[in-house]
Amino acid sequence: MKRAKKPAKPTTRRRSTRRATSRQMRPVARTTVRVRINGAEYERTVDVRKTLADFIREDIGLTGTHLGCEHGVCGACTILLGDQPVRSCLMFAVQAEGAEITTVEALGTPEALNPLQQAFMDHHALQCGFCTAGFLMSATVLLRENPHPTDAQVREYLSGHLCRCTGYQNIVEAVLAAAGPPSRAADRRREK
Amino acid sequence: MKPAVFTYVAPHSREEALEAARRFGSDGKILAGGQSLVPLMAMRLARPATIIDLNRIPDLAYIKAARGGLAIGAMTRQRTAETHRLVLERLPLLADALRWVGHAQIRSRGTIGGSLAHADPSAELPAVAAVLGGRFVVVSTRGERIIDTAQFFTGYLTTAIQPHEMLVEVQLPAPPAGAGWAFQEIARRHGDFAIAGVAVVLRLDADRRCADARLAFTGVGPGPVRATNAEAYLKGKRLSAAVVAEACRMAQAALDPDGDIHASAAYRTHVAGVLAARALRQAAERAKGQA
Repeated sequence: MKRAKKPAKPTTRRRSTRRATSRQMRPVARTTVRVRINGAEYERTVDVRKTLADFIREDIGLTGTHLGCEHGVCGACTILLGDQPVRSCLMFAVQAEGAEITTVEALGTPEALNPLQQAFMDHHALQCGFCTAGFLMSATVLLRENPHPTDAQVREYLSGHLCRCTGYQNIVEAVLAAAGPPSRAADRRREK
Repeated sequence: MKPAVFTYVAPHSREEALEAARRFGSDGKILAGGQSLVPLMAMRLARPATIIDLNRIPDLAYIKAARGGLAIGAMTRQRTAETHRLVLERLPLLADALRWVGHAQIRSRGTIGGSLAHADPSAELPAVAAVLGGRFVVVSTRGERIIDTAQFFTGYLTTAIQPHEMLVEVQLPAPPAGAGWAFQEIARRHGDFAIAGVAVVLRLDADRRCADARLAFTGVGPGPVRATNAEAYLKGKRLSAAVVAEACRMAQAALDPDGDIHASAAYRTHVAGVLAARALRQAAERAKGQA
């Protein structure tokens, strides 16, 4: 049964606005977060102190994102927030409300690696693999924004990632190989 | 390496944010990009009771042309500014300096206002503000005040912003037409904290004598350091090797950096002098002689 609509009194309206504001403005220690990760919707209730990295691993169960230093130095936990690479240990899960997130699980599967992952494998760009997910996510954005980067551009873009196995050379080679040689059109542009 | 327990509030407007800043005072901590604050919280060096997250306020992120320079909203991402047409056209010095701020993965989240309000002694943006004569728009529920760079940075990790206040905009005047500029920095690896860095803006007259020069260092003091003695010395002089060397010597003499695990005080001073010479030469090359 439909409830009969009462004519809205100004006083009621004012109060409801105030309530909406104070609800928003009441600090919380725990809250519900809705995010889209690799195309799937998730809703979880979490402590506000939980980082996005821990949320992705513990609450969603996507453990491809690794945590090295947990204070923004090593880059292992890099994910894509929208279309930009972001360190997921430096964001709280609550801040990702409504966001679109991409993790390494979206790139390829063990059976069907994507071209960048295949290049990492072919060029021995990983040994223990702990840092690899972060490198892959950043390199994905680099190649999207700059399809044929120079060696120096790759090194600068990936300087926010630490790898203790490879000495970086093979990682740079893998990214350059995945980019492939610049097209002739690009060469012509460069010569001009 | 997990932050201590806190409570969280995400205002949706400037007014709500100021109300929260007033209500929570020094128990509240404003969260902008989080690239400095969250590591401090992870290491428990910061344990704010309440986080006031500005990331839900849409109108704090903008880059506008203003009186020959730029007005930049505090929540503008560093990566956005670095690649913004207006910044590249009017303040290439800022774009150049931004490339030294952390890494691309930090700048995608880090904000212009957050870096300035954090006031790290080796941060790049305070030196840019100092060399350009930037002004800071700080607001509270009581109103707005505009603070010059010299009064804004008050010490190590400290600014003139009071607990009930919030930085909403930085105004950066563009250097005069024809002025040369340079930003030079040395860090152990690209993206690490600067051992030393320097921003230079200079103007040459038709005779290619220095009409006006400004130098601001980072990494060699509690905040950005203007080399006013060297600036005064350079006025009216041609930038010969000897003049540049003397200006750098004067600037070095005025610096009093702290030594730490990354570099001794003497080494920082040495590096600052070398960088100042490079920056002066680069800025002079970029400057067009003007009548």
